[in-house]
Amino acid sequence: MARDYILHRVRTALGRSPSQPIPDPPPARIRIPEISLDARVASLLLRVEELAGTAVETSDPRTYIAAAMAGKSAIASNSPYLAACGITGLPGVESGITDREQLRHACATADIGITSADYALADTGTLVLLSSPAEARMISLLPPEHIAVVPRDRILSGLDELFSILPHPGEQSSSMVLITGPSRTADIEQILVRGVHGPGRITVLVAPA
Amino acid sequence: MASEFHQKAHDTLANANLQLAIFTATGRLKDKRTEAVAAGELPDYQELRTQANAVKQHAIDNLDHYLELFESNVTARGGHVVYCKDGTEVSDFVLRLARERGAHLIVKSKSMTTEEVDLNERLEHHGLESVETDLGEYILQLAHQRPYHIVAPALHMTRYDVAEVFTRRLNVPNEIVIEKQTAMARSILREKFLNADIGISGANFLVADSGAVVIVENEGNARLTTSAPRIHVAIAGIEKVIPRAQDLATFLKLLARSATGQLLSVYTSFLSGPRRSGEIDGPEEFYVVLLDNGRTRLLPDKRKRQSLFCIRCGACLNTCPVYRRIGGHAFPWVYSGPIGAILTPQFMGVQQEPALPFASSLCGACGEVCPVKIDIPKILLELRSDVKKAETRDKQNRLEKLSFRAFAWMMTHPRVYEMAGKLLRTAGMRSLQLGPLAAWTSQRDLPPLPGRSFRERWRRR
Repeated sequence: MARDYILHRVRTALGRSPSQPIPDPPPARIRIPEISLDARVASLLLRVEELAGTAVETSDPRTYIAAAMAGKSAIASNSPYLAACGITGLPGVESGITDREQLRHACATADIGITSADYALADTGTLVLLSSPAEARMISLLPPEHIAVVPRDRILSGLDELFSILPHPGEQSSSMVLITGPSRTADIEQILVRGVHGPGRITVLVAPA
Repeated sequence: MASEFHQKAHDTLANANLQLAIFTATGRLKDKRTEAVAAGELPDYQELRTQANAVKQHAIDNLDHYLELFESNVTARGGHVVYCKDGTEVSDFVLRLARERGAHLIVKSKSMTTEEVDLNERLEHHGLESVETDLGEYILQLAHQRPYHIVAPALHMTRYDVAEVFTRRLNVPNEIVIEKQTAMARSILREKFLNADIGISGANFLVADSGAVVIVENEGNARLTTSAPRIHVAIAGIEKVIPRAQDLATFLKLLARSATGQLLSVYTSFLSGPRRSGEIDGPEEFYVVLLDNGRTRLLPDKRKRQSLFCIRCGACLNTCPVYRRIGGHAFPWVYSGPIGAILTPQFMGVQQEPALPFASSLCGACGEVCPVKIDIPKILLELRSDVKKAETRDKQNRLEKLSFRAFAWMMTHPRVYEMAGKLLRTAGMRSLQLGPLAAWTSQRDLPPLPGRSFRERWRRR
């Protein structure tokens, strides 16, 4: 069997025996800077704008999205936060889908995908989305435009804080995705093109918790 | 001895357009990296490198432990781990899976590991359609070429090359605007994603304590590959395993910065197992193929083992004065540049292309930019020594042997050494432009020699 063959070769080469204990790994390097929430919000907005995204702090995400839609169609996730913000009730917004095929079809035809986010990372302008019954993977991926509404208190300083809060992301979800700016490529002549497979436009709305 | 390697290198050197393309592209990537790791942007860059090196060292030194831990955690999440010795075993596994599930169409995201084993060709040979979905890889698949660069696979092609390939292979109108070319590929590939039965991805990291596969990308094609089809197969080298999810806080900060100068790549996916109950989408089946394909050959030697630390950022290619001239296709295997010059001989044996470890000026730039601190120059030297040892007696160059023996004699006899020095100073540098030496010296200015040697001055002090 290839498994036993490979593991045997590895052990022989390393001079180890089966189930021999290992030395302690070097301690994980986690450094969390102390940054006020206001500074984190400011940094997040700045970084998203640098990535050619749109970033706005608003107390009324519903009105913002209603204006941004301007007659376009949208699919919203089942996040209770979006419902609480009144976004799922907007005209033109489809929500509440729990069937895989139905959702995929809706995402493939919608102009905008609207999600919440579990966290956002201030120092890189990153959204963190864990797949769940409330957040499907396709909504932030198939439509040409993605709008994410992030509760203000979910903005972390960066990767170190994320992995200290979530040392085992796999316990919560089969998929955690970090989204940093719109989908892009520079594969032809190093010319930057946005929206190659994922959304070419991204909007981050920071809203009250 | 003009090997294929030399021949291809010469062809690239003679192609002015290609020279400009490689030099500009690598130069841009190199500058972006330099900015992204500068002290103002990332003050703890050197500490992160040290940490990344220590974690990789620990993971590789205890590889069997972490492979088994990874395997048990993938299994606990409802996924499956498949060990494969080589490319034949990988394609056999995928073919069997496809047959059992009645699959015909496979979408693939970028993976150097699958390039190693020519997976697409093997699958297509058995009647499956396997489509690359990274834009650069898609263009190369249509053009029947292999990647030119680890990170920017189609770095050597212009928009006109792409237009030619698209019109010839896809029956689309001639289009030279890059945005429109990209949009064409998007709409063709979108159709493939939505109809594919299996998605095959690579992996940037395998996280042992989570049983997770981590994939880093900019386009979104890897997310689609791993989420849209019913079955996800990740194919990774056994060396990709890291102990903990928390180690990603170190590696993710280094990877994108070193590769393209981004703070983070657009998408980082942390995937563990098939979709859970209640989750609306995601694959029903989740497989991780752990590939050896020569990797265990690198493990016995403690120093050379570090070649397996590589996280495929491509920074050593962009900074290498040799790669920036001869490009990627001169290299005999999928890995090019300094990392290719140390991986290829160790994976396939030094005889594969004995010139490889010598295709370096040993300037040390590759080791300096390596985010996981692989001592590439030192390994190149050791491989040079291996090449020489592997050469049979009669193949060794007599003149070279004689020169080294004469040099050794001179260096161990101070009188002879002094005489030789005096001779050189009197005859002047011009004497070096004679005979076979002229090929090298006629193109270079050597520093002027002082009138008296250090030893002479010391004596007269």
